[in-house]
Amino acid sequence: MLQVDNLSGGYGREPIVRNVSFHVEKGEVLGILGPNGSGKSTLLKIISGILPKQSGRVMIAGKPSGAYTQKQFAQQVAVLPQLHAHAFSHSVKDTVALGRYPYQTGIFSSWSEFDEQAVQEAMNYTGVTRYENTAIELLSGGEQQRVFVAQALAQQAPILLLDEPTNHLDIAHQQQLLDTIRNQARQKGITVISVFHDINLAALYCDRLLLLKNGEVASIGVPQDVVLEQEIHHVYNARVKTQPHPEMPKPQMTLLPNLQEKVELFTVRKADITIKEDHVLLQSSQSLKTISSAVHNAGLGWYKTFVNRGVRADYMIDDVQRENTDYLRTLGYHLTDTVAMMTAVSPEHVEVEEYEGEFGSIVVAVTAGVGNAVDVSKSWQREDIPYIGTINTWVFINGELSEEAFVQALITATEAKVKALQDEQVKDPESGTVATGTSTDSMLIASTQQGEYLPYAGPITQLGKLIGKGVYDCTVRAIHSYRLAVGEHG
Amino acid sequence: MNKTALAYVVSIATLLVAIWLGVSIGTVKIPIETLWNQSDATASNILWKIRMPRVLLAGIVGASLAISGAAFQGLLKNPLADPYTLGVSSGASVGAVITLFFGISLPVLGAFTLPVFSMMGAAITMFLVIGFARMVDRSMKMETIILTGIIFGSFLGSVLSLMIALTQEELRQIVGWLLGSVSMRGWNYILMVLPFFIIGTFMLWLNRRELNALLFGEERAHHLGVNVKQRKLMILLGGSVLTGSAVAVSGTIGFVGLVVPHMTRMLWGSDHRHVLPLSLCNGASLLIICDLVARTIISPAELPVGVITAFIGAPVFAYIFYKQRRKGAM
Repeated sequence: MLQVDNLSGGYGREPIVRNVSFHVEKGEVLGILGPNGSGKSTLLKIISGILPKQSGRVMIAGKPSGAYTQKQFAQQVAVLPQLHAHAFSHSVKDTVALGRYPYQTGIFSSWSEFDEQAVQEAMNYTGVTRYENTAIELLSGGEQQRVFVAQALAQQAPILLLDEPTNHLDIAHQQQLLDTIRNQARQKGITVISVFHDINLAALYCDRLLLLKNGEVASIGVPQDVVLEQEIHHVYNARVKTQPHPEMPKPQMTLLPNLQEKVELFTVRKADITIKEDHVLLQSSQSLKTISSAVHNAGLGWYKTFVNRGVRADYMIDDVQRENTDYLRTLGYHLTDTVAMMTAVSPEHVEVEEYEGEFGSIVVAVTAGVGNAVDVSKSWQREDIPYIGTINTWVFINGELSEEAFVQALITATEAKVKALQDEQVKDPESGTVATGTSTDSMLIASTQQGEYLPYAGPITQLGKLIGKGVYDCTVRAIHSYRLAVGEHG
Repeated sequence: MNKTALAYVVSIATLLVAIWLGVSIGTVKIPIETLWNQSDATASNILWKIRMPRVLLAGIVGASLAISGAAFQGLLKNPLADPYTLGVSSGASVGAVITLFFGISLPVLGAFTLPVFSMMGAAITMFLVIGFARMVDRSMKMETIILTGIIFGSFLGSVLSLMIALTQEELRQIVGWLLGSVSMRGWNYILMVLPFFIIGTFMLWLNRRELNALLFGEERAHHLGVNVKQRKLMILLGGSVLTGSAVAVSGTIGFVGLVVPHMTRMLWGSDHRHVLPLSLCNGASLLIICDLVARTIISPAELPVGVITAFIGAPVFAYIFYKQRRKGAM
């Protein structure tokens, strides 16, 4: 649909955009990214004919852009500029109607049914019809930009160029505008090329990204291949980390600040874990990077307060989340700072131990109510409703873990737990075989992210060895403690 | 009836009333029937030989200034722009003042030496201003045009001041001309200015849609498919033709070109498809009324009409401005 070959150009003699080539297919959304002054807007201006090109060519629908008259060009390419102020006012409808300019001919008005229809359709699509007769300067920035989107859509051009269209808009309007444009591209097969300031927005809404550095193409491809930590660091000279988007297979990046603040060193000790009336508690002075399958604040996050709450064995509540939240609130814990689990075991049966290694230490805490033990390899034969089971395992690590190490720590700790159950001959009462856990076990790995960097936590690493030993020991002791409490002997 | 139709009805009615008042009021009252009833020879003579050409000239000059003012304000996106911003009027004034200063009267032209010289002054200035602006900046940005106009306008203004400073007996005549007047011109002046009026108006009218697009800036207009360079040149030429010819026949009458487009926009919006014809109509009405006041207020003596335009126009403008802003505030 649009092809750019070896394009160079800019304002003065020294070209700002140098030797840029790319093509965009019909219906595709291409995002142009790059640091300030990298030539993003200049590239767009050369394509739209505002700035002259020095060499190379721009092909639109198979013809060089210079072969079109101004009006013909506007029938092929519509442009949505950044939001800016105006000296005189137009009504919304008159503004949108200007999008039909390329189709107006003759000395007198040649406004046709078709023009009117295009304008109405564009206004409906962008939701500005109700402002039809309002002067645009009376609208908010977001609404004004919608009017200009309608103007560009009324132009009914197969190619749409956008120059940082979401500048000065709040996030709701950013989303609305980009949703509109993306949906138009899909429904009507409009080809979109847009300059973006925001890498995350670009990655979300574009099929492909073009990364510019000093006027040259640094990288072009699908967002996964362009939004790379190395690439962004190289082009923008900023420290970033990329992560997957939670709902879409698109990369998102986060800045890693370089702060001058003094980091206060701290460690988690055995003595930090205290036993309260109905829960086990750890309160850390600083946030710990945590991954867990807890009831409250499961998943990955940074937390300071850790609660393992003992409930009665017949605890059955429809809305566990809510009841538990109320519980935490009553105790005065900060909800966004707290990870909480539940167990049918009374808190005094927790087994806590600290283990020293070369890199530092880890603290393990386990409660093991094995009344509802399950052999996971046989559980497909069971049809009973799950009770609260509960071997709750906490591992606190004084060290800096990689993401990989967090996952390995989970595996290692789980393997140690299974081994403990096996050695203690905990049985699945249904199948009669050795259990591998209980019906609703939870696990938590938390680290200070200070001290030595620990890239791995497999069973033969320093850290893995401590976790294996610690979790095995504590689980075995916790099972003994539980058996004593319920009067079982094994 | 919608707002636009109302605007045209009001404007045209005002113009007709202005013409009617303009031809009937004066030292001798002329009843309107004289237009079609020629039984009173004296009245008929005064109406057709004196009043009518004067009213029509005032109308054409007012219309020219107002429509070119509207176009320049739109093109330059500057509410302070007026037909004189480009400096073309200063060129016309220099041409006229030179004629008066040196007492030039060319044999063939006779009494028309002054307007012809003035038009030449306007034309030369126009080409110099546009030429210079293009030389400075090939794309002729708005700022370039405004600054070039200021440069040429102030230079020519100092030439005018110089001649005024050096002159003795012609001083009154020069100042009188500069203040502007449409008295004692006759039909020939109308014939002289009419072609320019038609051509200029037509050139601007052809660009009414382009002016709407240009209100959003040159880049935006370009994106919408406007051939910006060509259209801009056409608007500048059309406006200059109108301004130059109006100044040549009447002197530099202020205020009409600045304020009439504003009043029109405030009352009826800034769509150039309507701003241009409505400004034309209202400019004509305003100058006809002002001229009527100028020649009757201290009758039998006359004031230069340029004195009256601002005298009447400013309070009217102030009133509309106040009403509009209050409405906006509530």
